Amino acid sequence: MIKKKKCVAMLLAGGQGSRLYSLTTSVAKPAVRFGSKYRIIDFTLSNCINSGIDTVGVLTQYQPLELNDYIGNGEPWDLDRTNGGVHILPPYQDTKGAAWYKGTANAIYQNIAFMKRYNPEYILVLSGDHIYKMDYSKMIDAHIKNGADCTIAVLNVPIEEASRFGIMNTDKNNRIVEFEEKPAKPKSTKASMGVYVFSADKLFSYLEADEADPNSSNDFGKNIIPNMLNDNCVMYAYEFSGYWKDVGTISSLWEANMDLLGDNPSLDLNSPDNRVYYRHFPKNPHYIGNDAKIKNSLIAEGCEINGTVENSVLFDSITVEKGAVIRNSVIMSGATVRSDANINYSIIAENADVKSGAKIGDENGKGGITVVANDITVGENQTVAGGEMIDKNLQ
Amino acid sequence: MSNALGIIFSNIHDKYNPELTKERTVASIPFACRYRLIDFALSNMVNAGIVNVGIIANKHYQSLINHVGSGKDWDLARKNGGLVIIPPFSDRSYDSLYHNRLEALKSAQVYISDATEEYVILSDCDAASNIPLADVLAKHIEENADVTCVYRRQTVGDAPETVFTLNNKGKITDIGVYTNMPGQRNVSINITVMKRSLLLTFISDAIAHGYSSMSRDILAPNLDSYKIMAYKFDGYYAQINSLESYYREDMRLLDKDVRDTLFGNDERPVYTRIKDSFSTKYGDDAKVVNSMIADGCIIEGTVENCILHRCVKVGKGAVVKNSIIMRDTVISDNANLNCVVSDRNVVVKDGRNLSGCEDLPFYIAKGKMI
Repeated sequence: MIKKKKCVAMLLAGGQGSRLYSLTTSVAKPAVRFGSKYRIIDFTLSNCINSGIDTVGVLTQYQPLELNDYIGNGEPWDLDRTNGGVHILPPYQDTKGAAWYKGTANAIYQNIAFMKRYNPEYILVLSGDHIYKMDYSKMIDAHIKNGADCTIAVLNVPIEEASRFGIMNTDKNNRIVEFEEKPAKPKSTKASMGVYVFSADKLFSYLEADEADPNSSNDFGKNIIPNMLNDNCVMYAYEFSGYWKDVGTISSLWEANMDLLGDNPSLDLNSPDNRVYYRHFPKNPHYIGNDAKIKNSLIAEGCEINGTVENSVLFDSITVEKGAVIRNSVIMSGATVRSDANINYSIIAENADVKSGAKIGDENGKGGITVVANDITVGENQTVAGGEMIDKNLQ
Repeated sequence: MSNALGIIFSNIHDKYNPELTKERTVASIPFACRYRLIDFALSNMVNAGIVNVGIIANKHYQSLINHVGSGKDWDLARKNGGLVIIPPFSDRSYDSLYHNRLEALKSAQVYISDATEEYVILSDCDAASNIPLADVLAKHIEENADVTCVYRRQTVGDAPETVFTLNNKGKITDIGVYTNMPGQRNVSINITVMKRSLLLTFISDAIAHGYSSMSRDILAPNLDSYKIMAYKFDGYYAQINSLESYYREDMRLLDKDVRDTLFGNDERPVYTRIKDSFSTKYGDDAKVVNSMIADGCIIEGTVENCILHRCVKVGKGAVVKNSIIMRDTVISDNANLNCVVSDRNVVVKDGRNLSGCEDLPFYIAKGKMI
């Protein structure tokens, strides 16, 4: 028998993240590495368990192999449970045929049966591509207190950036009166974070109606939220103040990594409360050699560092040889940076091999962030200009 | 999967490490930044495909139980087999704590006889080493041996050791139990392989005759009636039997070749209990050279020739040299440390100067504030 749950979380993790280009050729965006240790999805999974939510459906579609493997039975997030736990929910076949997830709403719709098994009162809909630490239980409390049908987490953004987001126009009590997707002339600065709490029955009925509408694009932002507003459902904005970032582009992924550095980082992952959990692989502690010079940087296990590393985020199992210089860059697991190579304003992906004397990126970041894709070799003394993206071996 | 049961003795050597084992067993001495000594014995077994491991406990084993938990971090949380802690009074016929391996095995007799594996591998956990136990077992079977003992060539000093004399086929012809035989010797490292049924015979024999030492009372008198073979191991083997040896062996890991013999084999990784620490953060004024550093540290000062365990803080202007700093220790601004072994949760206040020397490191006990 399945026990009733107050809240079930549905985590949308099927996105390609096409603006991350070669970083998501073989993995879904939520499986992209972040912050020296983590993958993007660790943040939402950890938020769930830290908020007391132990039943999470993860909806996968694009390149799911690595993501499925990473989540496994959910043990790293304490989500391997007898009742509840993490469940990977891929698209499936039924008597009417097989269908891919057509949109965010359709993906949740196709899994109504999963949610109903737990007879939940609330459904938390999340996106697996954002970096933030948030206690969802407070948001659910606000949802209950307001007697809401739907509560949407919002972040105050600078007015000049508001036209990049879905904007909630609210009354003085934060009740939503209007929703505008990427408005040219924003009337408010309350940007949707892609975090929704729904009263379960309301959500199910709107998902069913949306599915019956052949003209719908089956999307929360385009269909479900506007439809609920039109019907005068009780919808509230829940203001979140804290670090939040959509790491959907190369530059925002790089920026978010840099946000971890400094004496008072805007994203502090070292605080013992609300830890972010991740899947571990056994690696020995890192070693800093006699010729190393390290400043303002993060370094994970298994690294052997003998060069200069400044203002950079290094993942695990990285070798930096003598004379190599890495500045303002993100180096992912297993990469090798050989002697006298020079890396500036770059993202070097997993297992890339930067040979001796290679020069990657611009010293002042001109041209933007340079990317070397996973498993790519950049040959000896090769030069890669600022903002270039290398996804073929360069000899 | 291996057809062997693993047995680890957790307390046999506690008396040799008075400082480090005041509040823990030898098994849980922290070593190589993020490990405990038992991690090496456990990982050796797991890497040999052993899925059924019993750890025989004796005294103050709370920190050991906390560390190993369900065994899942070593992939030993299993439906069939897995990790079992065998408490000292698991058999009602014993009313005093065991003092040696044979007595320990007597108390684990039920566990051993209930197992189904054909072989058993016995191991101590007073050393950090990456030993290919699968190879030891394969050789044992190939040689058709009754017992195989692992040894290493080493110089015997003042401390008594168990020493093997071998014939040219690697068969043990004499065993000197805890003898003082200075010089290069074949020294036992207390890893023994035999059939489980033979071990049970030895245990009942020991009970009947009141034997207390496996080497002296069982193996040594039977060198002619059993085929007792020796297996030579010549990789890095850090035996911890004093604060000085602890300091010396941990520091040797700063040498890449030594480090690689312990950690360099991707097929035989060393597992430990998982903590979700953040990566180590280096500040603007950090100056770090020739050091091995675990996760979760925040380094703002100078660190040279050091082993830093998890979540150590080194403040601005602080200088730490030739030292081993254990978990959660805080070295405040402008403090100066040289040849120090700091146990867990130590706080060294601003501007303090502490120094030992390489032969006699200065030890700071767990939780002290200086």
